[in-house]
Amino acid sequence: MMSPILDVSHLGIDFGGLQALDDFNIQVDAKEIVGLIGPNGAGKTTVFNLLTNVYKPSRGSISLTGQDTRGKSIHAVTQSGIARTFQNIRLFRDLSVIDNVKIALHNGMKYTMAEAILRLPRYWKQEKESTATALKLLDVFNMAHLANEPAGSLPYGSQRRLEIARALATNPRVLLLDEPAAGMNPSETQELMDTIHHIRDMFDIAIILIEHDMSLVMGICERILVLNYGLIIAQGTPEEVRNNPVVIEAYLGQQRGE
Amino acid sequence: MMTKKNVGGRYLLNTVATCLLFGAIMLVVESGLINRYMAMMLIPVGYNIILATSLNLSAGFLGQLPLGHAGFMSIGAYTCALFTMAVDMPAAVEFPLGLLIGGVAAALCGVIIGLPALRLRGDYLAIITLGFGEIIRVIILNLDFTGGAFGLKGIPKYTTIPVVFVCVVITIFAIHTLIKSRHGRAILSIREDEIAAEASGISTTYYKVLAFSFSAFFAGIAGGLYAHYLSILGPANFGFMKSVEILVMVVLGGLGSMMGSVVSATALTLLPELLRGFSEYRMIVYSLLLVIVMIFKPSGLFGRYDFSLGDSLGKIGSIFRRKKKPEQGGENDESDS
Repeated sequence: MMSPILDVSHLGIDFGGLQALDDFNIQVDAKEIVGLIGPNGAGKTTVFNLLTNVYKPSRGSISLTGQDTRGKSIHAVTQSGIARTFQNIRLFRDLSVIDNVKIALHNGMKYTMAEAILRLPRYWKQEKESTATALKLLDVFNMAHLANEPAGSLPYGSQRRLEIARALATNPRVLLLDEPAAGMNPSETQELMDTIHHIRDMFDIAIILIEHDMSLVMGICERILVLNYGLIIAQGTPEEVRNNPVVIEAYLGQQRGE
Repeated sequence: MMTKKNVGGRYLLNTVATCLLFGAIMLVVESGLINRYMAMMLIPVGYNIILATSLNLSAGFLGQLPLGHAGFMSIGAYTCALFTMAVDMPAAVEFPLGLLIGGVAAALCGVIIGLPALRLRGDYLAIITLGFGEIIRVIILNLDFTGGAFGLKGIPKYTTIPVVFVCVVITIFAIHTLIKSRHGRAILSIREDEIAAEASGISTTYYKVLAFSFSAFFAGIAGGLYAHYLSILGPANFGFMKSVEILVMVVLGGLGSMMGSVVSATALTLLPELLRGFSEYRMIVYSLLLVIVMIFKPSGLFGRYDFSLGDSLGKIGSIFRRKKKPEQGGENDESDS
């Protein structure tokens, strides 16, 4: 059997006296799409922040393709294969769309600073290659024609897609999407679902996504984890989760008289 | 997209333009069109351009606010001056070497101060660099080999207009090409959003220190030019006010605009001289100008705009082409600009 790409065991973090997350376990295989749902404040984004080393875990371990990510800096984790988007979009707003993507291609280029300042051949060659790569990536999201626009001037939905493109440019094995459909209308959400499937197949990556839009979560995820108060309260296929009384209770509260 | 031929053409264009500019300056100076005093003002204009563009790298492109640029300048100035006075080599060898050593010394201090300071943001960095600038000044004041409060005298007068011109061109070229590379984009990404930069795989600490010490390096070079222009160095020249003066040039020109730094460094160096007619009121006029610009154009004269000779000529060319078109009645070559 193949070992999972991402193996998280007994992960937990405390903020002061508050247990924000406890005993979080997940194994993600290549090309899997996993959904992470739960009410507000359940600890979903905390999981992403732990996976990308923004927070240091109080307990447990994270292993990416067999490597422990503990103690690595945030950018080193990105380089070793976990990329993310943010709940509140974080683009390089004043820079052009293509530069946003090329910044994420940074580590794919190898020319040195001296080569850059003196404009030696390797600079030209790698810049040309990375421009082509960036345009190809933007094309996946139908954004190649916007390459020279400032990222901040894009409409909301395009900004979300650009963030995904930027995350993909770091060449990840696991992609974390934090509410990718937030603020999108139903047709945009449908389009996004197609795109997510498409990039999963095209780049051979595993995807974990946090989302409140149930049509997207149920429609796209092969497996769903439900968090509440920092604990996994249920997991399984969309069908199983949908009919799980514990999940219904967490979302809607207990029925009176029971 | 740029083609290879296009790029080569641009280099040629810029080289020719630079040579023409140099020729024009030398012609004006040598022919006596401007008086000797104004001609000598070109040297302060030059090193102030270097100071402003280098500070712009950390303040405008990196987005951090250092207040100790005069500190790096003084390190370069003293290192370079002490070096040229100590060694016995021809001027053509020892001066460039001294400038380089001065720059490297300043850059090293940039790394030493930058490593702890750049973990902090905004106000903290300003305070730390401010403190650093003052410490350097006090150290120079109390050391023996720097001449203490009496200053360093008898520094050879090596700084000439051509030397300054070459240094300015190298500075602008190096900062420009740095910014247009993957390293430069990493620096810009830190200004835009540090968390997103880190999440995109950029080592933000590394690039902060890099940009900061790069900027210190050129401040050191400017210091070396300054030392060999005045031939006297005193620690009082590198006080807090000098740092502020450089910062004013950068902010006035526009944070993140090289063109802005060049123009405002030139203007603010010459302005006090041109305002001599106002005698004691000249500093009021100077300050008033700053206030007015900041009120009506808070992003600085040029904002983040940068000048490109190739683009501008292209635009002018396309205007002419458009005008010609009806006469020719042709409908081809529309899209190349």
